[in-house]
Amino acid sequence: MAATPTSVDQVREGLQSVGYLPGESTALVAYLATRLGKPVLVEGPAGVGKTELAKALARYLDRRLVRLQCYEGLDEAKALYEWNYRKQLLRIQAEAADTGWDRVQDDIFGEEFLLERPLMTAIASPEPVVLLIDEIDKTDQEFEAMLLEVLSDFQISIPELGPVAAKTTPVVLLTSNNSRELTEALKRRCLYLWLDYPSVEQELEIVRLHTPDLSEQVARKLVEVVHMVRELDLKKPPSIAESIDWARALLLLGADDIDERLFRETMSVIVKHRTDLDIVAERVGVRLGPGPASGVGTQAA
Amino acid sequence: MAPRLPDPGPPGISARLIELGEALRSEGVAVGTSELLDAFAALEEVPWTKPDVVREALAATLAKSPEDRRVFELVFERFFFRAAEAAAVRAGIKEGAVGTEAGGSGEGEPAPGDRDIDLDALRRQIAEALREGDESAMRDLARLAIAAFGRQGTGSGVVGVDVQRIRRQLGLRSEPQPDLPPEDPRRDGLPRDALRRFEQILRRELERGQIERTEQLPASRPLNELDRALPTGPLQDLAAVHRVVAQLRRRLATQGMEARGRRRHAHVDVRRTMRASLQTGGVPVDLRFRPRRPRRPELFVLCDVSTSVTSASVFFLSVLHALHDTFRKMRSFVFIERISEVTDVFERERDFEAVSQAISRDAGVADISGYTDYGRVWSEFRDAVADELHPRATVIVLGDARTNGRDPRADVFGEIASLAGRTFWLNPEPRLYWNYGDSVIAVYEQHCEAFECWTTTQLEDFVKALTKPMTV
Repeated sequence: MAATPTSVDQVREGLQSVGYLPGESTALVAYLATRLGKPVLVEGPAGVGKTELAKALARYLDRRLVRLQCYEGLDEAKALYEWNYRKQLLRIQAEAADTGWDRVQDDIFGEEFLLERPLMTAIASPEPVVLLIDEIDKTDQEFEAMLLEVLSDFQISIPELGPVAAKTTPVVLLTSNNSRELTEALKRRCLYLWLDYPSVEQELEIVRLHTPDLSEQVARKLVEVVHMVRELDLKKPPSIAESIDWARALLLLGADDIDERLFRETMSVIVKHRTDLDIVAERVGVRLGPGPASGVGTQAA
Repeated sequence: MAPRLPDPGPPGISARLIELGEALRSEGVAVGTSELLDAFAALEEVPWTKPDVVREALAATLAKSPEDRRVFELVFERFFFRAAEAAAVRAGIKEGAVGTEAGGSGEGEPAPGDRDIDLDALRRQIAEALREGDESAMRDLARLAIAAFGRQGTGSGVVGVDVQRIRRQLGLRSEPQPDLPPEDPRRDGLPRDALRRFEQILRRELERGQIERTEQLPASRPLNELDRALPTGPLQDLAAVHRVVAQLRRRLATQGMEARGRRRHAHVDVRRTMRASLQTGGVPVDLRFRPRRPRRPELFVLCDVSTSVTSASVFFLSVLHALHDTFRKMRSFVFIERISEVTDVFERERDFEAVSQAISRDAGVADISGYTDYGRVWSEFRDAVADELHPRATVIVLGDARTNGRDPRADVFGEIASLAGRTFWLNPEPRLYWNYGDSVIAVYEQHCEAFECWTTTQLEDFVKALTKPMTV
């Protein structure tokens, strides 16, 4: 596969070939990220394929994916590196008295005693990687500040070893569910990509790509229903992954049409809250009609 | 308006880009030099010939949030439209001279083909283009439509009026029109987005015609609130409130640090102690302690939502919203006659509009009379949180302290204030009205610091006041 893509179309086709259908701006920003070596901040509602984009990029560029899942309380020792002090102690005790202090000191602060955490792994890797920093909005602002050095210079300063600079430029993706406003300093260092739910046509293509055996007609109806459901005021609107799951479920059941009964039986695949289930059953189920539906014909519902 | 052209400025796309950055800044988008450098770098990587790609590339580097993106789209359109028009006016280029195909006669003397335009065919073609979402066809047809309709009578001279008139005459609607023949593409209604897009193109073309006639650009005006179409509609700028509250967090986080005893609760950090012990051959001589991180401030906010503060409640709710965005450890209550905890509403929802709807719908404020009963509110609040109040907690009350003649129960309030580290009162009324009528802020002021606060500027003053050292 291509080392670095040379055009936007190449990226789009590449991503498609590994099973990810990018929108216009997604392909463009991904392309810019590989060309400019800038991190990309991907924001959007849950379940629009933010994490999937990173995975697809890794597959397409044939790079290893290094993932840092963020959570509240994540600190440097878990994200950057840590000294393996147990091993260091063992080293000292094994050497005992006859080694000079200088030699021991040189030894125990070598890379051998370094426990690499995701960011360090991504930086130090001899092969270029794709680094995914997932749900950055879950961390504290302090952690964001720490990321700045990594993101702008691609280097990490270790007091005992000096700065470790990246041998290769990783493609960095940061995802955020927008649960809190990120700092300006972080945003300034990133390209920005807003991912939204895809249009009916796009999502239909995605569903068809993942379940090619499902009939076109059912797939279209499925996507239209999912869009209807998203229009409702739900706690958790169905994600793209859930539409695919639903398509797979329907395929297993051998459905050739989606009517009210089938919808009620299978809607737990796309709706995951009890109160949401009630709303959806009431608002969407009825519209599908009991029999072989004549036409859903509502895109603008 | 003097018929003078704006100064063209230095030539070249770099200058235009920097001007675009300026235009974005003037609309409140934070565009720094580094963003502009990124934009230049990005433009080197993409083909120049595709306008969409160029716009996306600029958007990815310049606009860093959905709101910014929306503003960017508007500014981008306007900016390059104006830039192109200004250049055309300077060079004295007229559309008619270029001699495009049918209908290209935009302005001036009608081209010979104009009278031959079949109106019904035009209607159908436009509707078709809208359904297909074919941008370039829309553009061509928009010119035709202006030629066909706009000049039949006289243009009203007001672009918006002309746009609506043309649209009406074309019979373009988003609702289905069942009385039309079945083969007419307008029968099922047209996609709303395409319709809006078409109106935009019409507007552009009309403006272009106007500029050509008058040979000058209309004065540029900043986007108004309607243009921005912010989804949230509080009176105060939500973003401004958020900025101030972010400062508030920093102030509160560092408050009272010096008052705490040294090493009172120091924990030995085993990992670091072991590391330090390497220097002494593994014997932990030097104990290392966990660094004392500033603890997150804990916040309790009580917000009056009764009718007497209706005008301020949107502001209060946006303050609450911003507080929740910034503080992890906080509980919030709304009250009228009794209190009701709304912490989970804010935690569940990020969208301001959704929050305010949820609160008005199901916050479950026991609202029998609609009048505030502060005495009752205090005792309920004390019962609810007394165990959690401690000297590092901060209590903020948003309300007008109008008791409607009921017992203010300042003693209970005093009790709460003494349990909490600091207590603040933000009153939406001008200080002049305090303690007039049923306002009893004076009795509460003995236990807390009260601030007049109904604008973001005043909120800022409040945050500044917080830097004063604690007097406890």
